[in-house]
Amino acid sequence: MATPTGDGLADATGVATHAEGAAPGMPQLNFDHWGNQVFWLLITLVVIYLILSRVALPRISAVLAERTGTITNDIAAAEDLKQKAVEAEAAYDKALADARVEAGKIVADTKAEIQADLDAATAKADAEIAAKAAEGEKAIAEIRANALESIEAVAKDTAAAIVSGLGFSAEAKTVDQAVADRMKG
Amino acid sequence: MATETAAAHGEEGGLVFHPMDQFIVKPLFGGTEVHWYTITNVTLWMALAVVAIFALMVLATSRRATIPSRGQSIAELAYGFIYKMVEDVAGKDAVGFFPYVMTLFMFIVFANFLGLIPMSFTTTSHFAVTIVLALCVFLTVTIYGLAKHGTKFLGLFWVTSAPLPLRPILAVIELISYFVRPVSHSIRLAGNVMAGHAVIKVFAGFAAIAVVSPVSILAITAMYGLEVLVAFIQAYVFTILTCVYLKDALHPSH
Repeated sequence: MATPTGDGLADATGVATHAEGAAPGMPQLNFDHWGNQVFWLLITLVVIYLILSRVALPRISAVLAERTGTITNDIAAAEDLKQKAVEAEAAYDKALADARVEAGKIVADTKAEIQADLDAATAKADAEIAAKAAEGEKAIAEIRANALESIEAVAKDTAAAIVSGLGFSAEAKTVDQAVADRMKG
Repeated sequence: MATETAAAHGEEGGLVFHPMDQFIVKPLFGGTEVHWYTITNVTLWMALAVVAIFALMVLATSRRATIPSRGQSIAELAYGFIYKMVEDVAGKDAVGFFPYVMTLFMFIVFANFLGLIPMSFTTTSHFAVTIVLALCVFLTVTIYGLAKHGTKFLGLFWVTSAPLPLRPILAVIELISYFVRPVSHSIRLAGNVMAGHAVIKVFAGFAAIAVVSPVSILAITAMYGLEVLVAFIQAYVFTILTCVYLKDALHPSH
């Protein structure tokens, strides 16, 4: 960096002295104007420094600090609200679980009740059915007995009639015996 | 630069090139004499820089809004940018220099951008201006370093991490590089700004030829875009170098 700039300066100064009087070769090297530029530059820098250090920078710094504070507060508040939301969720979950347990209990109770009713009704019905069946069986037995007796009587009468019809006479006792034997056989 | 101009004068004949005329210091209210107190175009454009800085940093922030307006946002951005730079590069104990560094940055950046307005005068293209800026930094660093650390500040030139026989040689090199700092610091800024503006003027001179003028206008547009970059980058480079030098004053040991 050092050598090229050094060369440039030497070269430029040569040009400047050469161009003195005629068209200004490089206005940057017209040293007559340096005092003017330096004077106004120093004033400018002081003014800018005063504007910045007295007004602008403290103000911006305050704004930034305030914003950081606001953001921190807001984040804290958000954290708080989040905590509350978590608590609310836990309460909700607990209520839900309780309700579920309660519902389960009710279901079980109802089921047991219904079962008991059902059992009682079933037993009653069974008993009735049994009674009815017994009655029916008795009736059937009676009917069967009656039927057998009737058949025997008809058979005896028929047998007696057939025997007499053939011109034989038979003792009622013998006919009875024969019919009874056949019916057994 | 000047020799090139002379060559251009010779070759083109009919074309008129005055790329350096834009840098001439002129009295604003008549007369030809420029005394140190004369109100010149330098005064005008420096004053405009002050006005622009005042508008951005004071007027735009006057509402002190928690939710900033556009102007306030830019002012805060500039504040944060330079504050962070001072803190990161020069160290936490350098924040006392923050208003000073901010002053330099704001002046250079506004002077550079005002200089991009057509027909304007670019104050930072003058070595007189940049050398004063660089000398301010150099003197601040040297005086503050010596006042704070005394002879320890000279440890900056005595590289204890190097082998003993090499140290005197390194000390000479370090000393030279230290005193070349204000030169490179100032010439870099003025040179960049001046070269870009002069090149744009040269291209503008070629626009007088009808055939070449579209190319010339394209070239001017491209150069202008580059100059917008340069205007900011050079202000940034000047400021960050200031911070680097301040770091030397605050922490002279390597």
